Amino acid sequence: MNNKVKMQFLSIPENVGLARVAIAALAGQAPFSLSEIDEIKVAVSEAVSNAIIHGYQARSDGWIEMTATLDGQGLSVVIEDFGVGIADIEQARQPSFSSDPERMGLGFVFMESFMHGLRVESTVGKGTRIEMQRFARIQGALSRDVQ
Amino acid sequence: MTIVHTIQGSRILVAIHGDLDLPTAAPLREALDELLDRYRDKGLVLDLSEVNFIDSSGLGVILGRYKRMTGRPLSLIGVRPNVRAVLELAGITAIIPVADAIRQTAKDQHA
Repeated sequence: MNNKVKMQFLSIPENVGLARVAIAALAGQAPFSLSEIDEIKVAVSEAVSNAIIHGYQARSDGWIEMTATLDGQGLSVVIEDFGVGIADIEQARQPSFSSDPERMGLGFVFMESFMHGLRVESTVGKGTRIEMQRFARIQGALSRDVQ
Repeated sequence: MTIVHTIQGSRILVAIHGDLDLPTAAPLREALDELLDRYRDKGLVLDLSEVNFIDSSGLGVILGRYKRMTGRPLSLIGVRPNVRAVLELAGITAIIPVADAIRQTAKDQHA
């Protein structure tokens, strides 16, 4: 199954759920298990939340672009904002790095743990682009024989 | 998201229904803080059996209440497998008692 979805939505918290439901529906067209789709939803939720909270600093008039591609390998998701950008990406990716004491700084940890690849590009004053992949697993007779 | 609370002896039981993410984090935080302020001598039990999704925004509310409660007991019950996976990755299961959604799981399996 090959498919591609492009969405553009405002930087309001309600769109976090909209984004992850759309990606879950797309991922459902590939051989992902329900638990794998749950993990993909968490990663997407974190990326969109980061765009709203950090990229647009809770401004509600920013645009977030999400592009998702489904192919024989699995799912690729790109989430891009045009907000303030990240000055130090390596620091931002560290666990417990957060400007808000109630947030745990786990956004990037969840994205890295629940996806199979994560690339972050950011320019201060221009925005941030996050690209994540999740490979679909094909399970069959061979894996059972190996066990 | 909706929450329903009942007082059971020394604890406040709060049943949460809905996703725990960015749009629901602030109202949940306010509701829980109001209960914790109103019942200052009671612990808190969060029933998550109707919570299908949690991310770091939802976890932040739980961990924030844990820090705020300083010594008052906090536990999570009715935790679904996908929610548990997120709690474990965040290390929450090491500091807050967590009970799985056993009945819910059995119901799902028989569905």
